[in-house]
Amino acid sequence: MSTFIDGLSLGSIYALIALGYTMVYGIAKMLNFAHGDIIMVGSYAILTTLLMNGHPVLAIIAAVVICTALGVLIEKLAYKPLRGASPLAVLITAIGVSYFLQSVAQLIFGAQTHPISLVHFPPVVIGGVTISVSAIISLVVGALIMTLLTLFIKFTKLGRAMIAVSEDRAAAKLMGINVNMIIMVTFAIGSALAAFASTFYVMQIPNTSPTLGSMPGIKAFTAAVIGGIGSIPGAMLGGVLMGVVEKISLSIPVLAPYTTALEFSLLIIILLVKPTGLLGKKRREKV
Amino acid sequence: MAGYFKNVKNSFKLKNYIAYIVITAFLIVSASLALTGYMNRSTQNLLTQIAYSIILAVSLNLVVGFLGELSLGHAGFMCVGAYLGCFLANYLHTIIPSRLLVLVISMIVGGLIAAVFGFIIGLPALRLKGDYLAIVTLAFGEIVRTIFKNQKIFGGALGLSTKKYGSDLFIVAFIVVLLMLVFIQNLVKSKHGRAITAIRDNEIAAKAMGINVTYYKLFVFVVSAFFAGIAGVIYGHYATPVLYSFFSYNYSIEILVMVVLGSMGSINGSIIAAALITYINFQLTTKLSGDLAALKYLIYALILITIVIYNNAPGLASVKERLSIKPLLKKVFGRFIKRTNDPAKQKDDEADWDRIPTKIEMDAILSLDIKPDTTYAPDKREEK
Repeated sequence: MSTFIDGLSLGSIYALIALGYTMVYGIAKMLNFAHGDIIMVGSYAILTTLLMNGHPVLAIIAAVVICTALGVLIEKLAYKPLRGASPLAVLITAIGVSYFLQSVAQLIFGAQTHPISLVHFPPVVIGGVTISVSAIISLVVGALIMTLLTLFIKFTKLGRAMIAVSEDRAAAKLMGINVNMIIMVTFAIGSALAAFASTFYVMQIPNTSPTLGSMPGIKAFTAAVIGGIGSIPGAMLGGVLMGVVEKISLSIPVLAPYTTALEFSLLIIILLVKPTGLLGKKRREKV
Repeated sequence: MAGYFKNVKNSFKLKNYIAYIVITAFLIVSASLALTGYMNRSTQNLLTQIAYSIILAVSLNLVVGFLGELSLGHAGFMCVGAYLGCFLANYLHTIIPSRLLVLVISMIVGGLIAAVFGFIIGLPALRLKGDYLAIVTLAFGEIVRTIFKNQKIFGGALGLSTKKYGSDLFIVAFIVVLLMLVFIQNLVKSKHGRAITAIRDNEIAAKAMGINVTYYKLFVFVVSAFFAGIAGVIYGHYATPVLYSFFSYNYSIEILVMVVLGSMGSINGSIIAAALITYINFQLTTKLSGDLAALKYLIYALILITIVIYNNAPGLASVKERLSIKPLLKKVFGRFIKRTNDPAKQKDDEADWDRIPTKIEMDAILSLDIKPDTTYAPDKREEK
């Protein structure tokens, strides 16, 4: 039972990261490979604020602000010039950005792992099951953020403009929507979500290193693809599924060493059965 | 018959053979230097690294540059080749005394097993494309690595210890490079190569022209994986132990950087870029230590981003044209070169197929506003 809740909370972190991937893919039609590394930057922002004796809340705010600014900056400098270029070119640039962020972090902070003590809650025992409070917090806050995001997209003008851009960029432009602005906002939201994800991540695993973002990044990306990239409920479903599978597999001794292989096999199997993911829409290919 | 040979003679272009000539010359010089003892061990190691990097880059270029699918799992194929090929080599050393024979056999077997994996990964490639395929290949690389890491028989987390071939391994490695170049250059220039580039440019159009897309996609993945497996076996004979952590997806990306730097779809470019990056790498890893090693990746990242944006940004097209040195070269050397490139004078296979844009502007064709001819409309006629 506690394994399951741990899985859910890890899943909510994956879901938050996957949301960033899926929103950017839905609207800008590109894979932001550097998304995982924005989480890493967020964790370093938290670390730096704490080292300067900042309050934990201040640290979280700093992470959100820095990640959002970084996301927008990356979009402006690296991805905007490539709008209209082949998807392969954009993907490779994104990989380059990911490397760039990792190596800059390593040059500044070093390759070693830094411990972060953001907040520490003693675990509680409910009905004989030990549950970590940080797991419950990330689960609840994660669910809250996702609900707010869904409401934002469904009921605000900006959110509906996002849907319009993702469905047909040219038509949205003709309707007077500022497409560049919408894409920028998407990157901002995605990166802010990454900052929250990094907060929850360091709450559960209290240390950081330059490569912190790469594995959760890839796994969340896998989650987004499993759920059907471009679909927001899909990202949540995929993220939670990945988290639960990972924790359950880790708790079984025979499977534990093969956890990564198991997760990625899940991806391949799901994609083979349903090439657009669980909740992805099937797009007919036009010449 | 005589006419045929005349044709061949006329179509001889230095550009197509320059890679063979340079590498053969280089091989002869370096091999004689090494065998007479004028070349130190470190340089020979560098040459081995360059050789397997070239094999990896050119074989990845086949998938990325010619087939147009992004593969992020090339290190996975190399991993398969390295582990299984060297496992076999360890066994063969006990029964076959000749180290060269052991190397050759294990290269072939390692390559073939990797090719089988290439076939398996090629299967999802039939259903998926673009970003989805990229993530599947990435997943494949990680799966392979995790599995080898947990097998006791392959040394587990300590890696598979292998018997080093010796520092003259580079001679064998470069011979493999040459053989691979002969195969791939001819493949690319053949009708199969044109079919592959046609799939890259427009899959639906290629299908409509009767190209067997399924066959060619699988074929490219198998060939590419085969050579990656061979590169893995060479690596295993160069470095011991063969460790799973070497084949992470970072290494796949390093190979991708070589392909992109050398420009996708250019084999000579891949060779130069692979040699250059491996050389820089070699120098940097011996000179940079600790956290400064990150500088290497910083440089990679900047190279990758700049080149891709420069080559692909629609807004930079005019700048690129202005900076291009091709018109200048034409002006300078134009008078010395006999014009053989006149498309009208070329026959069938002589044309430079990799340079002809085969992209069919289907969007432009479909968006043409064709007005129906009202006079011949059947309903109008009935009214009369």
